[in-house]
Amino acid sequence: MSDRMHVATRKGLFTFDRIDENWSITQTNFLSDNCTLVHGDTRGDRPPLYCALDHGHFGAKLHRSRDEGETWDEIGIPVFPPRPEGEAPEIDSMGKTIPDSLQLVWALQCGGVDQPGRIWCGTIPGGLFKSDDDGDTWELVRSLWDHPDRKQWFGGGTDWPGIHSICIDPRNSRRIIVGVSCGGVWISEDDGETWSCHAKGMRAEYMPPEREFDQRIQDPHCVVQCPSQPEKFWAQHHNGVFRSVDDCATWIEIKNISPSTFGFPVVVHPDDGETAWLVPGISDEKRIPVDGQVVVTRTRDGGQNFDQLREGLPQDHAYDLVFRHSLDIDETGDRLAMGSTTGSVWISEDQGDSWTCLKHHLPPVYAVRFLKPQA
Amino acid sequence: MAQIRFTQNIQRHVPCPPAHVTASTVREALDAYFEIHSRAKGYVLDDQRALRKHMAVFINGVQIKDRDTLSDTLQSDDLLDVMQALSGG
Repeated sequence: MSDRMHVATRKGLFTFDRIDENWSITQTNFLSDNCTLVHGDTRGDRPPLYCALDHGHFGAKLHRSRDEGETWDEIGIPVFPPRPEGEAPEIDSMGKTIPDSLQLVWALQCGGVDQPGRIWCGTIPGGLFKSDDDGDTWELVRSLWDHPDRKQWFGGGTDWPGIHSICIDPRNSRRIIVGVSCGGVWISEDDGETWSCHAKGMRAEYMPPEREFDQRIQDPHCVVQCPSQPEKFWAQHHNGVFRSVDDCATWIEIKNISPSTFGFPVVVHPDDGETAWLVPGISDEKRIPVDGQVVVTRTRDGGQNFDQLREGLPQDHAYDLVFRHSLDIDETGDRLAMGSTTGSVWISEDQGDSWTCLKHHLPPVYAVRFLKPQA
Repeated sequence: MAQIRFTQNIQRHVPCPPAHVTASTVREALDAYFEIHSRAKGYVLDDQRALRKHMAVFINGVQIKDRDTLSDTLQSDDLLDVMQALSGG
């Protein structure tokens, strides 16, 4: 089991360790700085730990630790290529100007065990970058950036489109799956050389009916792949929950989940693609828990039935929202952790049946990540 | 030579000591500075080499006009201040 997890927040990075069956904060880093994402590599010797920061005035930065968070160095950061002289900034399909400058590091994912040094980075605006030297240098994946259908993407909760989910297929490290808000699900079979959109079946309530099923404008909030059944995927979408059992060839909408189908994160059991967890809010207009009660929903049968898991979670005037990177599951599938916008962090050691609050008053949580072996 | 100095707030992240540079525009001044202090560049300029949205540059206490191409002109004894804006915190 993973006995260490990192929690990235609006005001710093906090490391929790499980010692004598109790979880406590054992390390703080970047106190007062906006830590937007954390990602731990587990390949090789001295695997790096990455933390993305957004300094506001000074822009987004990446830091790396090679001693499990004791010390950090600033490393390279994805940079968008210079705009050709005289060329106007790009306009997205909703008519908004897209900045051709990094706004946010929104996804980090190490490559396969056969790709030492490889790490992928998804950004706002919707760029995918790759590094083969543990993040020292980055290269924009032009094949996706220059794909004509990328121009159909547009911003959702953020003003501009962005890549928030990156899955490296455990069967083949050259197969990369990315989730885009709002741009659907994209797959490369050849290490990023070519791309195609795979969001058939996803449905967009926020579009005119004629374009409801347009794959290129879907808004999956989070996309995950089951490591041991890699043909099975789950997506928490802007207006519903979807799953695929055929390698993203088609997506099936899972309806009638009580108390709600709206939310941001989803995780899947590492050994069972039929089992997944979600953390719902009311709706996109009301981003708070239903009835002020924090609940986790879990299915064990591919979405036919859902449990509402409440034990240990606040059930009275609680307004915690869990963002897309703020729910995680460890490599055993028994231990889950989540953090909320109001600074609560919970852990479950029994697949979500019961939860223990580790902290009530941290800054807003943007990412929770167990340190776990690469699939 | 124009003098260039940086807000104290940036020093926590990257050292930016004051310096004198030979330059006739803000762009030339910053290019000359970042040639020596390369890590500071990304803290002040965005990917297109425009001034970051929440940064401000003053010449003798007056904000520059051209934030994109940094074409505001400098005299040899001008004082260039690179500050963070009040917005963006």
